[in-house]
Amino acid sequence: MSALTETADERLLETSPLRRLLARPELGSVVGALAVFVFFACCADSFLRASSLSTVLYASSTIGIMAVPVALLMIGGEFDLSAGVLVTSSALISSMFSYQMTANVWVGVGVSLLATLAIGAFNGFMLTRTKLPSFIITLGTFLMLTGMNLGFTKLIDGTVSTKTISDMEGFPTAHDVFASTLTVGGVDIKVTILWWLGLVALASWILLRTRTGNWIFAVGGNKDAARAVGVPVDGTKIGLYMGVAFGAWISGQHLLFSYDVVQSGEGVGNELIYIIAAVIGGCLITGGYGSAVGSAVGAFIFGMTGKGIVFAEWNPDWFKFFLGAMLLLATLLNAWVRKRAEATK
Amino acid sequence: MTQTAQRTPLVELTGVSKRYGSVRALEGVSLQVHAGEITCVLGDNGAGKSTLIKMVAGLHQHDDGVLRIDGEETRLASPREALDRGIATVYQDLAVVPLMPVWRNFFLGSEPRKGTGPFKRLDVDLMRRTTRQALLRMGIDLRDVDQPIGTLSGGERQCVAIARAVHFGAKVLVLDEPTAALGVKQSGVVLKYVAAARDEGLGVVLITHNPHHAYLVGDRFVLLKRGTMTGSHTRDEITLDELTSQMAGGSDLDALRHELQRR
Repeated sequence: MSALTETADERLLETSPLRRLLARPELGSVVGALAVFVFFACCADSFLRASSLSTVLYASSTIGIMAVPVALLMIGGEFDLSAGVLVTSSALISSMFSYQMTANVWVGVGVSLLATLAIGAFNGFMLTRTKLPSFIITLGTFLMLTGMNLGFTKLIDGTVSTKTISDMEGFPTAHDVFASTLTVGGVDIKVTILWWLGLVALASWILLRTRTGNWIFAVGGNKDAARAVGVPVDGTKIGLYMGVAFGAWISGQHLLFSYDVVQSGEGVGNELIYIIAAVIGGCLITGGYGSAVGSAVGAFIFGMTGKGIVFAEWNPDWFKFFLGAMLLLATLLNAWVRKRAEATK
Repeated sequence: MTQTAQRTPLVELTGVSKRYGSVRALEGVSLQVHAGEITCVLGDNGAGKSTLIKMVAGLHQHDDGVLRIDGEETRLASPREALDRGIATVYQDLAVVPLMPVWRNFFLGSEPRKGTGPFKRLDVDLMRRTTRQALLRMGIDLRDVDQPIGTLSGGERQCVAIARAVHFGAKVLVLDEPTAALGVKQSGVVLKYVAAARDEGLGVVLITHNPHHAYLVGDRFVLLKRGTMTGSHTRDEITLDELTSQMAGGSDLDALRHELQRR
């Protein structure tokens, strides 16, 4: 062993604090968020008002609640194209079950949770069983759910929207939990912001401090290596899809209880918004890298841009242009960061 | 060597065969792995080396013959079971997750935790400290266990994987061509860690197609050719030249030498 005590690390370079900072997955999004913030603070006078910021935060939270589990799923190396319509499905199931059974709305909320989780598990199960790309599997569920949302709603209610449930038992409390507004120091805080922050904290804890988090990074970074050391790859992926379903359930209940009816055609296209928020937040499209905080910053950029354009009194048609440009910039930055982080030999 | 031969081998294959459909991948291969010894499996591409390790690692099951672990006849149903029985396999290409820090890779699949109930969490300090210590024990001095393991060189990554297997109390270490993709100097470094693992008392199976590397560290040599065993020797029975010539197919090599010398 004596021959082995000599060290073989003369090629190891000292890592500067700057390089460490550059290796953070959130870095690009934080820089981007600051830039967008300063930009709208200069261009739109009303942007810095407390009420405007609370509107921005609310818009961010509705995206962010889904961006968090979608980011976790992407770190785990998969996509979920059904995430957008799953939110609507979850709201529809909750609303229609309560109405048809004339039950307390909380019963519908509970049934909706089980059904939504089951759809998430179905996605994961199909993926791990068939070994097909998640793009195909979830594109399939996306189309099926879109059809079922419209089909069942028309079949049961006769129109494209559900019947109002606002006069039903349990509605006030459910509204409090999923769609209330708190006033703190004269500023309106939507309860979704609390849900969002809670989810970010929970997801960060899971990712960075639990065994499950280690597994999520591993199955996204190198599935075969993970399997070879005994990580339950299939179980982790199914769990991630159920996580997305859980987010969809919260979003769906918010959608339902902030009004009292649900439009069955809603949600299409939102899945891409969640993915974009996660990518802007530093998630690699190829998996194995990213953070929950980053996805929150990505969602915040979304919220700022969407509302900022309104506050600046510009034509909102340009929103998508900004978004596209931001996505490209973020992806380029991420690719560069990844190259530095993964540089071998 | 003489007293180790009396002991029960850690892993013993006797007349083992494996078929993939109509393809006979391995036929009648026998091999012994003893504690504190290195058993080298040599063969050219397509000789059945990978099939052999997949059976020992629990990825595939043998069709004929007997697999014994600690003298007990057994079948390995999964890589997890092989790990539980003390057989750790270090694959050439799928050993690590490149983007994850060294310490997360080190404990992947066997993470130590503290706390109870919903607050059960990774013991991060312990993981960092243990990784550093386990690597130091194998003679690897990493300044920063937080760097992504992908930033290490191929040889260093192999060494981390070996240190990992040793730390987790593997009794048998199976190495799949650890030096195949490496330069001369790095190969030397990896072979030193293989020898270090042996000195820790592990039984090592070293798969390679390089007889020079095998002879540097090996105690037993098993030669494979097109799925069959063409030779099985202990170190005192064979010289490097004989090993090289057998591995290259003996008479084929002589013919080649003649042909080349005429020019």
